[in-house]
Amino acid sequence: MAYSEKVIDHYENPRNVGSLPKDDPNVGTGIVGAPACGDVMKLQLKISADGIIQDAKFKTFGCGSAIASSSLVTEWVKGMTVDQALAVKNTQIVDELSLPPVKIHCSVLAEDAVKAAIADYKKKRASRAEQ
Amino acid sequence: MKLPIYMDNNATTPLDPRVLEAMLPYLTDKFGNAASRSHSYGWEAEAAVDHARDQIGSLIGGSGKEIVFTSGATESINLALKGAAAFYHERGRHLITLQTEHKATLDTMKRLERDGCRVTYLPVDREGLVTPADVVAALEPDTILVSIMLANNEVGVVQPIAEIAAAVKAKKKDVLIHCDAVQGVGKVPFNVERARVDLASLSAHKIYGPKGVGALWVRRKPRVRIDPVIDGGGHERGMRSGTLNVPGIVGFGVAAALCQDELEAEAVRLRALRDRLHHGIASQLTDVYLNGSLEKRLPGNLNLSFAFVEGEGLMMAIKDVAVSSGSACTSASLEPSYVLRALGVGEELAHTSIRFGLGRFNTEEEVDYVTKLVVDKVNKLRDLSPLWEMHQEGIDLKSVSWVAH
Repeated sequence: MAYSEKVIDHYENPRNVGSLPKDDPNVGTGIVGAPACGDVMKLQLKISADGIIQDAKFKTFGCGSAIASSSLVTEWVKGMTVDQALAVKNTQIVDELSLPPVKIHCSVLAEDAVKAAIADYKKKRASRAEQ
Repeated sequence: MKLPIYMDNNATTPLDPRVLEAMLPYLTDKFGNAASRSHSYGWEAEAAVDHARDQIGSLIGGSGKEIVFTSGATESINLALKGAAAFYHERGRHLITLQTEHKATLDTMKRLERDGCRVTYLPVDREGLVTPADVVAALEPDTILVSIMLANNEVGVVQPIAEIAAAVKAKKKDVLIHCDAVQGVGKVPFNVERARVDLASLSAHKIYGPKGVGALWVRRKPRVRIDPVIDGGGHERGMRSGTLNVPGIVGFGVAAALCQDELEAEAVRLRALRDRLHHGIASQLTDVYLNGSLEKRLPGNLNLSFAFVEGEGLMMAIKDVAVSSGSACTSASLEPSYVLRALGVGEELAHTSIRFGLGRFNTEEEVDYVTKLVVDKVNKLRDLSPLWEMHQEGIDLKSVSWVAH
């Protein structure tokens, strides 16, 4: 199966690889997928008090499409509000990267990773508000 | 050194130039139908086919007269299993095979089950091996056939076929032994008399011959009978009708003769290259696991799991090297290799496996290039892997409750 040029570009030059301090109250961490399924994405978002995503980092275990999907989504969500990021749909990733049907799950995983990171951030905020 | 480097010789092998040269006249001037009895074109083709039969028979220690040509090993295996099950259906309805066999065997067995046969799929140990005692223990009063591969296509593990056949025949002498010899023949010694097999499936394109031609060796003494799967003009003693692929068969014969001449020296050379690749990688990377027995293995096969790096992702990183992966990321099922699973390799490690298949045209220079490339790219992908990061932090990945999707 041939990869699209955009997948190859993100795979060979992945954007925003790395980790943010996961104990930072302004950082939300989402880990989705499972090693037994062949892909795991860790996506971290640093979110300001007014709900703007200031930074995004990822690490991915998976095929080229999984790495490209996570790289792309970190590029997209930087500068977005939390609500804008929650509105990112996997189909947008599919279209941008021209993913074939067997790779759609990679885009779903990237969407889920964003949602999981935001959920983690909100949970942290809520537990801090309680204290 | 030329890129890309072909290192997937368990999938197929390039045509040896000496084989091509022998085939060419039969694609041009010598175009006769080997079944034409009335003129020199036919006689010439028939003589060439008979010579090829002898070359192939000689490679496996059998007679050329026992060779039935087919379109490839998948057809040979179908013919052996379906043909024997049909002919001997009054003797019994039970067959035995291994869980790690090629799909050509497993799917044919599934078909036979739908048609009323019973099949035992034997497990293998962590090395990928089955013991003669395991096979004997699976025999039932109405077992008619045992089908065991000589060497596995993914992990290269070589089964003790002679010992298995001897043990089975000692217990129940009328049980037929079919051997899928596709991966092993021409690479490790295989003799149908010493191994006491009754049927053996072979393929040309795994031994530097052309695609689209295979053979089923069918024992004549004592005579083994099979019902044909393809009916027609009664070619190949009625066992496989259809005009013979003369140029393909000529190529198959020469390919077999070359393997016979070069087997010993080539096995030594390939084993050295394989070990160089293995040691080169394993000495520079941690958490690399060999899948399948090292001792009982095809000389050119190396199947490694690179923990924390997904196989398809790694193949993309080393795209100048043609290899295969046990990761099934491309398949809709997301299931990794059933062969690795049968060896007890966990799903997470099965997804990280790469099969290197070294062959006749690989060089030491290529092996050194691939070693360096693999080491660099695995390191790069591990830097990108959340699993590697967790492993470095001392987190036991098995203790994590993953959210599977």
